[in-house]
Amino acid sequence: MSATAARAVAREPGLLAVTRASLAKDLRMEWRSKDAINSMLFFSLLVVVIFSFAFEPTAEESRRIAGGLIWVAFLFATVVALNQTWARELRNQVLDAYRTSPAPPAALFISKAVGNFLFVCVLEAVMTPLFIIFYNLRSIGPVYELVIVALLATWALVVNGTFFGALSIRTRNREIMLPLILFPISIPALIAMVDATTQIFTGESSPRFWMQLLAVYDLVFTLVSLSLFESVLNAE
Amino acid sequence: MSQISTSDAAGAEPAVALSEVVRHFGRFAALRGITADFAPSQLYVILGDNGAGKSTLLRIVAGLLQPSRGTVSIFNSKDLRSVATRVGYMGHAPLLYDELDAMENLRYFAGLYGIHSDDICADAIRRVGLDPELTRRVGQYSQGMRQRISLARAILHDPELLLLDEPFSNVDVTSAREMASLLGRMRDAGKTIFVVTHQAMVVEPVADESVLMVSGRIAARERGIPAHLVNPFAVREVQR
Repeated sequence: MSATAARAVAREPGLLAVTRASLAKDLRMEWRSKDAINSMLFFSLLVVVIFSFAFEPTAEESRRIAGGLIWVAFLFATVVALNQTWARELRNQVLDAYRTSPAPPAALFISKAVGNFLFVCVLEAVMTPLFIIFYNLRSIGPVYELVIVALLATWALVVNGTFFGALSIRTRNREIMLPLILFPISIPALIAMVDATTQIFTGESSPRFWMQLLAVYDLVFTLVSLSLFESVLNAE
Repeated sequence: MSQISTSDAAGAEPAVALSEVVRHFGRFAALRGITADFAPSQLYVILGDNGAGKSTLLRIVAGLLQPSRGTVSIFNSKDLRSVATRVGYMGHAPLLYDELDAMENLRYFAGLYGIHSDDICADAIRRVGLDPELTRRVGQYSQGMRQRISLARAILHDPELLLLDEPFSNVDVTSAREMASLLGRMRDAGKTIFVVTHQAMVVEPVADESVLMVSGRIAARERGIPAHLVNPFAVREVQR
């Protein structure tokens, strides 16, 4: 096909097509480099091991503190992945190629957020069995609720993190800037995910309120991030 | 303020029109009120010292920077996003992913223009003199090969307006001449091309007009590239 044919077919691409292409590209690059996954896994493993030596809790105590331990470990590990996400776009100034294209900015945001969500889900899938072993965890509440909380909480972490990661890419100390912005914003979600997880582990009360709070948090921050992302992407 | 009218293609709708364009970075004025029209189907070579405002001008036309004051029109539209499919930009950096090979890079960027054809990507790579079958990742390419793949990325969607920032840097003389010759053919096919370069001699055979920038202003526009500008060491003397 010739260059003229390219001119004939060049057009504004659809949101879904660009999201899919961008996500596939990110997954391929991560598969090859394993930058984000390796650093997240290593970091979480350290947290699990160090905390297990520091506390040596009984099974009952474990159920009470595990929610906090798990989500703090995942929150810190997520920041590692989030820094990698945008660092790739800054190398060789590739982001400029996206900005000069007619591709919708929202597609880039969604693909990054979904990519990070998948990375953190992989991390959780690998680390959760280790938490169970190291802390002798047995959930009294239903496990399916834990899965729902994990999905809602993970999205809460990555949607904010992806947005604020983009916001901080042009700052000089972006790796420090990201947690400084992200952690305070994540406090309501963190409280909800820790309390919901603890209540499921202990079986003392229903985690429904905290799950609903997480769902609302996810919805609000997804919509806000999507609506503001174009301005952030084109900020100078 | 520098006010430069369109070149000899008078009467034609300008491909790019700048009106009183000023750009500040903090207190530093990178562009100081540029008003100029650029006719279509011409190859413009933008020359000048480092810090003269060449790359800033190109980035403003590409829509990557907003002017502090003034307006930019491309193909008669002030909404640069609406003409994005008609514009190609090659930056000073390669704008490529090191972890992907050439075809994977181009396939991705083609998707950003709604193009889903491997043939078009392979054709763009061949046009810059490389082999689309190369499976090495771009991070392992020489600087010159990266530049050529970067050019392939910029021309992938056959843009009507092509903006090139230092396309020949780190490229060997033979390859640079081949790239310049490709640009000449694209101009002959009706494309408008802006080339920011310090290597005027490479693009001199195909250049229609040279634009000399000095301290954020267009100091001179001339047909072709005058002999004293082809020699980069002469630029400083002209400014004095």
